Amino acid sequence: MKVNVDLCMHCGACVGLCPQNAIYLDDTRITFNDDCVSCGRCRKACPVGAIRWDDE
Amino acid sequence: MKQLTTDVLVVGAGPAGSITAKYAAMGGAETIMVEKKEEIGMPIRCAEGIAKRWIGDVGIKLDRRWIACEVEGARIISPDGSEFCINERLAGNEVGTVLERYIFDKVLAEDAARAGADIMLRTAAKEVIKENGKVVGIRGESMGEPVEIRAKLIIGADGFESQIGRWAGIDTNLEERDIITCFQYRLTNCKPNMEYCDFYMGTAAPGGYVWVFPKNETTANVGLGVQLTKLKNPGEVKMYLDQWIARTPEYAGGKPVAFNAGACSLSAPLDEATADNIMLVGDAARMIDPITGGGIANGCIAGRECGEVAALAIQSGDTGKEFLQQYEKRWRAKLENALFRNWVAKEKLVTLSDDTFNKIIRTLAEVGVDKLSVGNILQVIYDRHPELAEEFADLL
Repeated sequence: MKVNVDLCMHCGACVGLCPQNAIYLDDTRITFNDDCVSCGRCRKACPVGAIRWDDE
Repeated sequence: MKQLTTDVLVVGAGPAGSITAKYAAMGGAETIMVEKKEEIGMPIRCAEGIAKRWIGDVGIKLDRRWIACEVEGARIISPDGSEFCINERLAGNEVGTVLERYIFDKVLAEDAARAGADIMLRTAAKEVIKENGKVVGIRGESMGEPVEIRAKLIIGADGFESQIGRWAGIDTNLEERDIITCFQYRLTNCKPNMEYCDFYMGTAAPGGYVWVFPKNETTANVGLGVQLTKLKNPGEVKMYLDQWIARTPEYAGGKPVAFNAGACSLSAPLDEATADNIMLVGDAARMIDPITGGGIANGCIAGRECGEVAALAIQSGDTGKEFLQQYEKRWRAKLENALFRNWVAKEKLVTLSDDTFNKIIRTLAEVGVDKLSVGNILQVIYDRHPELAEEFADLL
C-alpha cells in the first residue's frame, strides 16, 4: 500500500483497524511493515482517501 | 539510549490514560504517562459530547474552561425529518455537554500530574520489551532520541490504534462490521440548534449517523461515521459528509474552521483486557459504546478501576495476570452488560432502512419518549408497528 502524505491527517484510523497490525504511525509518518497482506481494508477506511494500492 | 524505570507506565494521555495515571499515582505507584504528540488533547478525534452525571465518580471537577456549550439532551431525526427528543438523563453518557477536548484532556492530565504522575510528551512506543514471554517495558522514541522504559506494569491507553495490547499478544482486532470511520468539520456561519445535540439517522451515514453538536450560536461539530462494511472506495466518508451538508439548508452555507478524522470500534466487549504485567483501558480496550460511539465516559470509568488496581498490584508486588483479574471484574461490573446489549442493538440498527427509521421515529415522537427507557422504546415500536416486531424480536 502507499500513502499520499499530503492528504494523510495522521488520525490513526488505519492503524487500529489493520487486521495484521502492520501499520505504524510515528506522530506524522505512516509506515507499513512486512506483515501487510494488501487486504485493502485501510484503503477503503481512510476517511480522506490517502491510502491507495501500490500501482494506483 | 535513554533508559528509565518506573512502577506504572501509561501509554497514551487521552482521558482514559490520564484518569488511570491519576489513580495509580494517588495509590502510591511511581507513574509515568507517555504521549506521542507534543500537545495533549490535540488533534481532536471526537464529536466532543458527554453527559456530566458520571464525572464526579472519577474525580473530575466541573470546570467552565472545558465546556463549550450545554444542551438539554439529544434530538433524533429521521430521513423524512421526523424528530423526537430525549433529555440528558435518558440519553446515555454522551449527551448534555459539548466539550472543548483540547482543554478537557489537559485538565485531566493536570490532575494526573498533581497526583504525582510524570508526563513525557513526544514519546512514542514502537515495540514492547518481552522477557520470558512477559511484557516488561517499551522501546520507542522520545524527542527524537531512542528510549527504553521498563515498568512493573504497562497500561495500554493508546486509543483506537490499540497497538500496545496487540504487541503484547492481547487480541483487540476488529471485524469490519464493528468499525466506524468518521469525518467531521467544525463548521461556522451556521445556526445549530442550541438546545439539543442532533443525530440524523438513515442512509445519509450508512450504518452510522450524522451528528451536529453545537459549540456556540454559529458554530457546531458537524460530522458522521459510516460502517466500514458499507464503504467501497477511498475517501467515501468525507464524500458522504460533504453531500449531506450540501443538501441540508441549515448547514449548506457553513464554513469550516477545522476538520478531523478518525475511527472507532462498535464491538462487543473484549474477551481479555489484561495479560501478565499489562492492562488495557478505554478505546484501546474497545470500550466505546456501540450505539452512541462515545468513549470518554467508559474510558474514564474503567480508568479509575485500572489505576486503583495498578496501585494495589504495585503495593502487593504482584502484577501477574491473576492479580489483574480484579481490574477485569471491576470494569466488567460497570460496563460489560451495557456494552454487550448495545452491541446487539447496533447489529440490528445497522440493518434498518430509511423507511423503517421514519416509522420508528414518527411513532416515538407521537408517544413522547421522555418518559421512556430504552426497553420501553422497543415495546412502543412493538405495539405500534407489529410488522417490525419480528425484526426486533431478539431485542425485546
